[in-house]
Amino acid sequence: MSIASTSVIQIIPRTRRGVELLLLVIAIAVSVGAYVNIGITVQDKVPASTGYYAAGIGLLALIAHFALRYRAPYADPVLLPCAVLLNGLGVAMIHRIDLGLAIVAEAKGNTPKAAAAPQQITWTAVGIVLFLVVILLIRDHRRLQALTYTAGLAGLVLLVLPLIPGLGVNLNGARIWIRLAGMSFQPGEFAKICLVVFFAGYLVVKRDVLTLAGHRFLGLDLPRARDLGPIGIAWAVSLGVLVFESDLGSSLLFFGLFLFLLYVSTERAGWLIIGGALFVGGAFFAYTTFGHVHRRVTDWLDPWAIDGGQVKLGLMGQAWGGILGRGLGQGHPEATLYAQSDMIISSFAEELGLTGLIAILLVYTLIIERGLRTALGCRDIFGKLIATGLAMSFALQVFVIVGGVTGLIPLTGLATPFMALGGTSLVANWAIIALLLRISDQARRPQTPAAPVSDETIAMAVQKQ
Amino acid sequence: MNSAIRRLAVAAIILMLALMANSTYLQAFRSNEINGRNDNNRVRDSQFSVNRGPILIGSTPVAQSKESGDRFKYQRTYPAGQVYAPVTGFYSYLYGRGGIELTMNSELNGSDPSMAFRRIIDVISNRPQQGGSVTLTLNAAAQQAAYTGLAGKTGAVVAIEPKTGRILAMASRPSYDPNQLASHDNEKVASAWKNLNADKDKPLSNRAVQELYPPGSTFKLVTAAAALSSGKFAPDTKVHSPAELPLPQTTVPLVNEDGKNCGGSNNATLTVALRYSCNTAFGTVGMELGPDALREQAAKFGFGARPLTELPSVATSRFPGDPNQPQTAQSAIGQFDVQATPLQMAMVAAGIANKGEVMKPYLVQNVRTPDLKTVSETKPESLHQAVTPQVASQLTAMMVDVVANGTGKPGAISGVQVAGKTGTAQTAKDRPPFAWFTAFAPADDPKVAVAVLIEKADVARDDVAGGKLAAPIAKKVMEAVLGQ
Repeated sequence: MSIASTSVIQIIPRTRRGVELLLLVIAIAVSVGAYVNIGITVQDKVPASTGYYAAGIGLLALIAHFALRYRAPYADPVLLPCAVLLNGLGVAMIHRIDLGLAIVAEAKGNTPKAAAAPQQITWTAVGIVLFLVVILLIRDHRRLQALTYTAGLAGLVLLVLPLIPGLGVNLNGARIWIRLAGMSFQPGEFAKICLVVFFAGYLVVKRDVLTLAGHRFLGLDLPRARDLGPIGIAWAVSLGVLVFESDLGSSLLFFGLFLFLLYVSTERAGWLIIGGALFVGGAFFAYTTFGHVHRRVTDWLDPWAIDGGQVKLGLMGQAWGGILGRGLGQGHPEATLYAQSDMIISSFAEELGLTGLIAILLVYTLIIERGLRTALGCRDIFGKLIATGLAMSFALQVFVIVGGVTGLIPLTGLATPFMALGGTSLVANWAIIALLLRISDQARRPQTPAAPVSDETIAMAVQKQ
Repeated sequence: MNSAIRRLAVAAIILMLALMANSTYLQAFRSNEINGRNDNNRVRDSQFSVNRGPILIGSTPVAQSKESGDRFKYQRTYPAGQVYAPVTGFYSYLYGRGGIELTMNSELNGSDPSMAFRRIIDVISNRPQQGGSVTLTLNAAAQQAAYTGLAGKTGAVVAIEPKTGRILAMASRPSYDPNQLASHDNEKVASAWKNLNADKDKPLSNRAVQELYPPGSTFKLVTAAAALSSGKFAPDTKVHSPAELPLPQTTVPLVNEDGKNCGGSNNATLTVALRYSCNTAFGTVGMELGPDALREQAAKFGFGARPLTELPSVATSRFPGDPNQPQTAQSAIGQFDVQATPLQMAMVAAGIANKGEVMKPYLVQNVRTPDLKTVSETKPESLHQAVTPQVASQLTAMMVDVVANGTGKPGAISGVQVAGKTGTAQTAKDRPPFAWFTAFAPADDPKVAVAVLIEKADVARDDVAGGKLAAPIAKKVMEAVLGQ
């Protein structure tokens, strides 16, 4: 206390890059360990691809680390190791399911499908490249504010792309993919980033109006009707995504993100209540109107009714895993539909058990809370909003997909960040981590003007405005 | 602004905690229910891949798992195939399990709570789960004698150790080869299953415990026990025993098998009546005692209860509910609606042999972990004192007389006193009667009690009689036990 109250001593912020390196080594060791373990259990030998895998995950992680060392030395030391761990474990599990599917195919006399794990490692490399691009190219996140409306437009275009005939494709009942030059992309994953930038930029400018002009109704400070425009548009767009692309998860994600950022920028709980009411209304409307939404809900209420149902198979896998799990390579995760993508969490729950699942959820929690901590420490409102948006996008996404797989809420097809098979999602998530690291570097970097100002002072000043 | 972010941080943690709580509920508390679902192929696959423990006779496996090198890792094999099939049952991917494979499944695959400690060690040392072994009470020589004796016939044999209730032999024919059902070739298994189920001789049925038959004259042991226990009869009490006994309320009289009176007398003693298995004498006794006394006596021997818990679908033997006078007379000689399994009739003989005390029959001697630590050992358990030791010794003397001088002669073993009772049970007119023989030996210190039932044999109808058909098989089984 005495030191803080004198506040003369300049506290030199430490970069903590050594800690990051140590955590990275642990994350890589755990991932490679899992990979080798799977090979020994399933094939009785260390997999020949171990070198490729270790180099893929390890080298890429170290390259990212050194990029941070030189271009963002004060960045948060925990985010990168968490992302590497999830990415590495994800590839290991995808490899494990590759092996399982091959055994099943062989038993049935079919030729096994091409392995998905090498593909995921390639996408990891692309993700790290994008990570480097963000870290090296964007020296200051505040410059993104100039792109507010460009980002907004880009976000909308990306959202609409799958609806263009000849470009968009229907996969598993949702029209959220586009096929270009023989490759599939999920533009919604990048739309998410663009829209967060747009929301943040828009709200930085409009927050005063939204905060000050309003009237009290039933003890709530409600904004003026014309200021409800943006939330109305966000609601309509998210509902549109739901209707035209049959994508429950994304619509919830976009709408939730906008609502959270509105709440953070105005600090008016009223927005949450209005938004919540609109969400409930929209959800009920969708439930009564759209067959696929209705089906998701009935499937959730009674997963056992459907023979070979995805949720049912997943729940059986999790139950079979129990508290300690069957052990890596000793379950049957391949028995679940989409075990490598949508249902990868249930694959982990089966082989690593409740213990492993909770460990994974804790790593996600760490990422989310480190992201929000970055938002707290950030000195500019734009950065705060972006960091909050990105962190909360993780929270929503993990909640929606894991909640769906474990039967807490109806299942919607969202990618499990960093783990699920799928290039677009993986690459987009690496870009998000890069942005968060970039903002955290700004937040934790010692300010060049000598006067040390604490976060609280800034917060007070902001509130007084 | 920061306070709003902090609230979001708390909200995010609540979301994550909700996921963890829900998963905990699912994986820690609901997992047993979900794992037990019939449509759970994953559990079936995994259990099928476990190194399942052997089923042993002494130290010889009658069911064991060998590495198969395919996706299920282990192949279940039954070295003695058909001989032990009624007891071991089968272990099939497509059709589940039967017999001991079904009832001792959790012990055999190692998932039983009693092996939890061992399983934790396996997890820590990264060994795959391994099942425990189940040792049966069966006596290999007796089982082989029973199976061989039934060759070419449809029937069943049960042998029990009277003092403990240990089942020494349990054979049923026609039998099936469980190896066919345990195959990993699903198409072959499906066609074998189809054939076995289509077979009108029901090879999948364990006749020793799953099918009910009229016990015929072997039930006269129960009637005699009730008579002696009532105090109104002694072995030398004379009983009305004409060639034809007119029954009230019906024009159909009760007749003796040979159409003559009982051993040359219309008033034979109970001993003589049993010696020649006179229907008219026991019909008289039954009507005098009344159906309730007979039912009560039958219940003390085990009728009306499920006698063996270690096998699935064990049938409950019964004495009819409310028979009138002529029906009571029929019931007293094991006809009308009296139904019994061969196991039940073996229990009657074993009860008399064991000074009137009926022991609970059992098949599993013990369960051991893969490293041979005993998990459980079955202890003999008394079911009922069916008759007093005095009545038991009177019955024994009467049964010894049956083998020495009466219908049971083919069951005699030289040098050993055998106590026995024959039976020939009428069924429908168009099918041959069932031949029964139940016995124990040695009469003064019983080591084995046995019941043999022949449902169908390739002999002339006139040759179907308990003494001719069933007694020689019982003799071989008893010799196999005593010869040790």
